[in-house]
Amino acid sequence: MIRVEPRTAPSRLMKIGVPILSAVIALALAAIPLVFAGAAIGPAYVEMFKGVFGSKFAFSEMLTRATPLIFTGLAAALAFRARLWNIGAEGQLYLGAMAAVAIGTGAVEAPAVILLPLIILFGCMAGAAGMAVPAVLKTRFGADEVVTTLLLNFIILIFLQYMLEGPLKDPMGLGWPQSSPILDQGMLPPLMERMRVHSGLIIALVCAGVAQFMLARSVWGFKLRAVGENAFAARHAGIRVNRTLLSAALVSGALAGMAGVSEVAGLKGYLTSDLSPGFGYTGIVVAMLAGLSPAGVVAAAVFIASVFVGADSMSRAMGVSSYLADLVVSTSLLCVLIGGFFARFRFVRVKVRQRAAS
Amino acid sequence: MTAEKVLALKGLSKTFGPVVANSDVNLDLHRGEVLALLGENGAGKTTLMNMLFGHYMPDAGSVEVADQGGHFRPLQLGHPQAAIAAGIGMVHQHFTLAENLNALDNIMLGAERLSRLRRDRRAAHAKVQKIMLSSGLSAPLDVPVGRLTVGERQRVEILKALYRDVDILVLDEPTAVLTPQEADTLFENIGAMTRDGLSVIFISHKLREVLAFSHRIAVLRHGVKVGEIASKDADERMIARMMVGADTPEPDRPVLAPGAPVLRLEKVSVPGRSRRDSLLRVDLTVHRHEILGIAGISGNGQGALAGVISGMVRPTGGRVFIGDAKIANHHPSTMIDAGVGRIPEDRHRDGIVGAMSVAENMVIERLGDPEVQSRGLLRREAIQSHAEALSTGHDVRGPGTQAPARLLSGGNIQKLILARVFERQPRLILANQPTRGLDMGAAAEVARRLLAARSRGAGVLLISEDLDEILSLSDRILVIHDGELTEADTRDREALGLLMAGEDA
Repeated sequence: MIRVEPRTAPSRLMKIGVPILSAVIALALAAIPLVFAGAAIGPAYVEMFKGVFGSKFAFSEMLTRATPLIFTGLAAALAFRARLWNIGAEGQLYLGAMAAVAIGTGAVEAPAVILLPLIILFGCMAGAAGMAVPAVLKTRFGADEVVTTLLLNFIILIFLQYMLEGPLKDPMGLGWPQSSPILDQGMLPPLMERMRVHSGLIIALVCAGVAQFMLARSVWGFKLRAVGENAFAARHAGIRVNRTLLSAALVSGALAGMAGVSEVAGLKGYLTSDLSPGFGYTGIVVAMLAGLSPAGVVAAAVFIASVFVGADSMSRAMGVSSYLADLVVSTSLLCVLIGGFFARFRFVRVKVRQRAAS
Repeated sequence: MTAEKVLALKGLSKTFGPVVANSDVNLDLHRGEVLALLGENGAGKTTLMNMLFGHYMPDAGSVEVADQGGHFRPLQLGHPQAAIAAGIGMVHQHFTLAENLNALDNIMLGAERLSRLRRDRRAAHAKVQKIMLSSGLSAPLDVPVGRLTVGERQRVEILKALYRDVDILVLDEPTAVLTPQEADTLFENIGAMTRDGLSVIFISHKLREVLAFSHRIAVLRHGVKVGEIASKDADERMIARMMVGADTPEPDRPVLAPGAPVLRLEKVSVPGRSRRDSLLRVDLTVHRHEILGIAGISGNGQGALAGVISGMVRPTGGRVFIGDAKIANHHPSTMIDAGVGRIPEDRHRDGIVGAMSVAENMVIERLGDPEVQSRGLLRREAIQSHAEALSTGHDVRGPGTQAPARLLSGGNIQKLILARVFERQPRLILANQPTRGLDMGAAAEVARRLLAARSRGAGVLLISEDLDEILSLSDRILVIHDGELTEADTRDREALGLLMAGEDA
């Protein structure tokens, strides 16, 4: 007989090993459709690897893709730690991007030292405001934030289309629904000559470090963890649960807004309605893969960005669909969820001593 | 009593991981006998009965049951259906009734095939009536079970077992939720049933009822049967010694004159879904050097009362004073700052954040304290050394102060909470069911701490369903029933029982 019983405490090795093993299994499972697509598995994965680590340019592309994922991953991870299910990072990202464009395309004429922080500040505030609405609805009226944040995404997307056709529309844009370009002094400087990777990455890494530190070492992080792990006991111990949830919501929304700022002011330069290929949603996967740890978010974002960028390059070289990347990302999430079960429980073989037969 | 054996447990053993729940337990049961299974919490009583009933698979040992002809046959273990087929019925401590169905449906459910539920109601009704008549157990059959009282629900549970023609009935702590009067009635009914040939095993840790109503007593300690004795040859002292392995000293409660009030409630009301979870214009005063006991059956407004004093519940009417200060902003933090130490009823839910460390749980109520944080950052060394000192001082044992608090045993979780509460020298202590689920040693420690706080000058509000605990610790006793408090000027169990049942003494 085999019995399932909870482990006393998941070991450190488990916490790190399970996501890594899940990623490996996901890549292995992705080989099955590769075979059906008619590609040779070995060379296909070599292409994928080269597409990420094969050149300085490839590596820069991967980091460029990882940057917004770190922001949205942190947004999801922090909110989820407080048991606040922010599914609205996609919308908050666009709010941040709109604020960046509103400030950065000429409304404010200032040198970079002033304009850049201003853009970042307003972008974060816009994202935070976007998450504040569902958080207040939750704490005041008990509205389920999964529903409100998710639906707000669509409202914000329609609002974005209106803004791009109206107030934010580039008069020089030949009628395309896009914003004016952000002023040169409002752009996040690139990190390498002739490469797309930009200083948004540095900001993302700093955010991850600060989040990790604050969660473990600050009173705010203590309260956030307590509320997330057991809101009853937290309240009984005198912690203001709603206030804590609200603060987590604001930080989460600000980080998602920063993802929008980073994309528009670091990479694209102007805003269109396809700025994000679902970074907000992928951030949830990143956060789950990372076990909701801010430091883990960086690693998970790099992994997922590698899969996307690598699969692009593989599809070009081998003639298979780049949707394979989505497949790997989703199987790895499934593997992590299943792996999480194995990390929390173990299987025990129980020997049943046979009693006298009747 | 006839000496005909109906059940034999032989060498039953069961371990859960490193914990030995039962070790080589042998037990016999005779026809028409009431056997009391006694032991502290965690002694292995429920595990043993769950093995008998097929919920758990024993690691070793066997069970033999007499069939109709009196021949002993081994019972197939690990299968509740086999136990039911062999005529064994079990009534669990926590009821397993569907609240929206009526009693008859509940009784038939599982015993009859679903397709026959509608057709055979009349026959079933007649059968239940007959059982009620012969056993003396009565309950309304046509009302949804959710509307029945706890006592009635329990009778439905027993009827459910009897309906399946059991020869052996196991009752797990049947009186935990009953008033003394209801308990007495239950045992009279059990007496009537055993005269008809039923054999009963009941689990309890109330010495008084065990002595009064059983024929034989078996005592478990740490999973081992340490003694078996005919009830007529036993007395409370002797059984208590068997249970704990030593004499338990009566708590020493020196006479102290009550001082100034530390807690005053004036016409405090809390709305609830029913009278049972609300408070109706309640007045109450706790003084320094005083333990005020609130006796009552679970679910009569204790939750609302504790909620107000712990700050979790905002009253809709009336005034609350801590010392001389009126509480304006009802929140747990207000109460903590006002010097109220709170021992919550549900320590796993309200007492600790299980995923956080023991050390963190020890400072969770004082995050603003400069000893715990400076400029918003946790002082980790200080928190750590504080936790070490507190663990040593309060004998909190477990896998260490850095381990998640949920890894502690129930008794050690309570010690953690006590350490947190008493460290701050509270002027008022709210102790809500402080010894529930604790073994005798841990319970004695709680009593000692509460009495020490009383001597120091604190006031204690003790809410408990255990009348013995209330009687041994309280200076004054109030009885709570349907959200109202009555001053009890008696220490007589019968009179208190009547008040708890809502009848005028």
